[in-house]
Amino acid sequence: MLSSGLTLIFSMMGVLNFAHASFYMVGAYIAYTLTGVLGFWLALLVAPLAVGALGALFETTALRRVHKFGHVPELLITFGLSYVVLELVQLIWGRTPVPFSPPELLQGPAFTIVQSPSSGFSMVWGAASEALCQGAQCSRFPMTRAFMMVVALAMLVSLWLLLTRTRIGLVIQAALTHPEAVESLGHNVPRVFMLVFGSGCALAGLAGVIGGITFVTEPAMAAVVGSIIFVVVVVGGMGSLAGAFVASLLIGLLQTLPLTVDASIADAINRLAGAGTVGDGTPGWPLLRITLAQAAPILPYLLLVLMLIFRPKGLLGTRES
Amino acid sequence: MLGAVAAHAQKGETVKIGWVDPMSGLMAPVGTNQIKSFQFMAEQFNKNNAAGVKFEMVPIDNKLSPQESTTAVKSLIDQGVRYIVQGNGSGAALAIIDAVSKHNERNPGKEVVYLNYAAVDPDLTNSKCSYWHFRLDADTSMKMEALTTWLKDQADVKKVYLFNQNYAHGQQVSKFAKENLARKRPDIQVVGDELHPLASVRDFAPYVAKIKASGADTVLTGNWGSDLTLLVKAAADAGLNVKFLTYYAGVTGTPTALGAAAAGRVYAVAYAHSNMPGEVSKAGADFKAKFNDDYYTLAVHHAFNLLSSAMAQAKTTDPAKVAATMEGLKFKSFNGEVEMRKSDHQLQQGLFITVWKKADAKHPYSVENTGYGFQPVKAYDAYVASTPTSCQMKRP
Repeated sequence: MLSSGLTLIFSMMGVLNFAHASFYMVGAYIAYTLTGVLGFWLALLVAPLAVGALGALFETTALRRVHKFGHVPELLITFGLSYVVLELVQLIWGRTPVPFSPPELLQGPAFTIVQSPSSGFSMVWGAASEALCQGAQCSRFPMTRAFMMVVALAMLVSLWLLLTRTRIGLVIQAALTHPEAVESLGHNVPRVFMLVFGSGCALAGLAGVIGGITFVTEPAMAAVVGSIIFVVVVVGGMGSLAGAFVASLLIGLLQTLPLTVDASIADAINRLAGAGTVGDGTPGWPLLRITLAQAAPILPYLLLVLMLIFRPKGLLGTRES
Repeated sequence: MLGAVAAHAQKGETVKIGWVDPMSGLMAPVGTNQIKSFQFMAEQFNKNNAAGVKFEMVPIDNKLSPQESTTAVKSLIDQGVRYIVQGNGSGAALAIIDAVSKHNERNPGKEVVYLNYAAVDPDLTNSKCSYWHFRLDADTSMKMEALTTWLKDQADVKKVYLFNQNYAHGQQVSKFAKENLARKRPDIQVVGDELHPLASVRDFAPYVAKIKASGADTVLTGNWGSDLTLLVKAAADAGLNVKFLTYYAGVTGTPTALGAAAAGRVYAVAYAHSNMPGEVSKAGADFKAKFNDDYYTLAVHHAFNLLSSAMAQAKTTDPAKVAATMEGLKFKSFNGEVEMRKSDHQLQQGLFITVWKKADAKHPYSVENTGYGFQPVKAYDAYVASTPTSCQMKRP
């Protein structure tokens, strides 16, 4: 769920963009700098636009030139860009994290779930009072997370509307699959590509602003989300918005739910076949004793491999390639 | 007259010190801060030190890799460097011990000495100890000893959750915590013992929910870097009201993320704190003025102190003789009198329990310009944190 906003846009772009996470990071840093001048809410608007402009500039000056040579050069140039951006960010803002904290409005919990032994579940907006939490268990849901969800959903819906319900959307979709036909109809296809790439980067920038306040704004932030968004895109299916949404939910659950399970394969075998069936001496014990919680981080990648083997086009993908 | 000249033969000599630590990758911010600390302190000590020698740093980036460290050591030896310092990562430390020991065995008369200023795996001064390795930081077991001694008097701590990174250091913190707690506070319940992947978790919210569900009142963690930062942040977001007992809350980046939300809740065990008295605090202030960064690796001080004292006493800069003098050497450092224990070359030193708090008149230093700093809660003398060693050292 966390990276859904970022991943949604990935699928609608024709090019494999390794530098996507870098635009995410740049968004966070630009917003951090702008917040000092304009305040957070304006920065939330301006930073994505600036990132979009940077993306469009990169598309026209570099990406367009290698586009005709196929996918591998495209991949390589964006791969190179990700390194350049990382070094630039470190030169400008330094290697240490910057103090980018959410504005007043987004601090604190959005709602609190109170689980009390006497009256069962209930939900309170904002923080629950001390008295209510006495003797009950209170789980707070942070405002930043709620904001992230709202923005991601709004982004998805507006993107979907734009692509399917407007003329521009039709032209974009057509230009991605049949560029010659669209060009012969009098549309400027390179400009369409530039716009698509630019807006894709802008959305990454927007995700970056929100990611920056929720987590930590630091040079390593791109590397951390970089790999997982590829998983989401592949699992969801290239070119499918709905697929990316479903996949991001699925992977979010896959990353978080197993963390709560402390059982290992060894435990399962012992329970089914009687206690003591496997133990210290069993061959492969180091592997068997790994708990589900410890294995959770590799599950999305395991899913990626399985998906590529059994359903290469992804969950809801349309293209076979 | 002749005798006086001979007695100060080392005076004015230049001592090259090879620095082998990461300047790129995940740990780059830490490494960069530390090489600046070394260069800065070398300048300070060059103005005035017991032996009258000049120190010169020769940094090499080892990318945190044991393999690269071995190569770096070879290249330093080729450049005529006879003293090597390293601190980040016990894996790299072990590789250096190995490289240095082999070199010294094969090249008598051209010995190289290795000062370890931060790699804290207890094995390095126990089962894998070496005559040529000297550790200036306090190892994991010593810090846990101090931390659990402090916990003995904290009656409000009843349920502890161990939360560590899944690699050598994290596993050892978890192991020593369980041992020491069972010995000193058997009434404390260990309600969780979690190992999570190193430096790849972005969202600690599910872990925090788990900690919360366990009913823990204290989280004990050896985490550092973003693994600690994000954990504390996620805990603040979820309203998890527990104490954090940490090893590395003071390392680059974490203080910024701690901020006001963590005030009074995050504790750290270390051989120094933000407001050390005396010349160290002056050096820290100068360092900040020069680099706008914090001087937190105070073991750098130990390193120059130990070397210059030993060189003054041995009246030479020859590593073999200096190493022999450093064994069992006692000298005055910023945290009281310290001793380089002869049996395992582990520096015996006092430790502090510190808490993250708003800077005030008594403790004015603001870490990473946050307005907060680590203030001492309790100071322990060297003997409290001392742990026995199983080292059987082969002496040349």
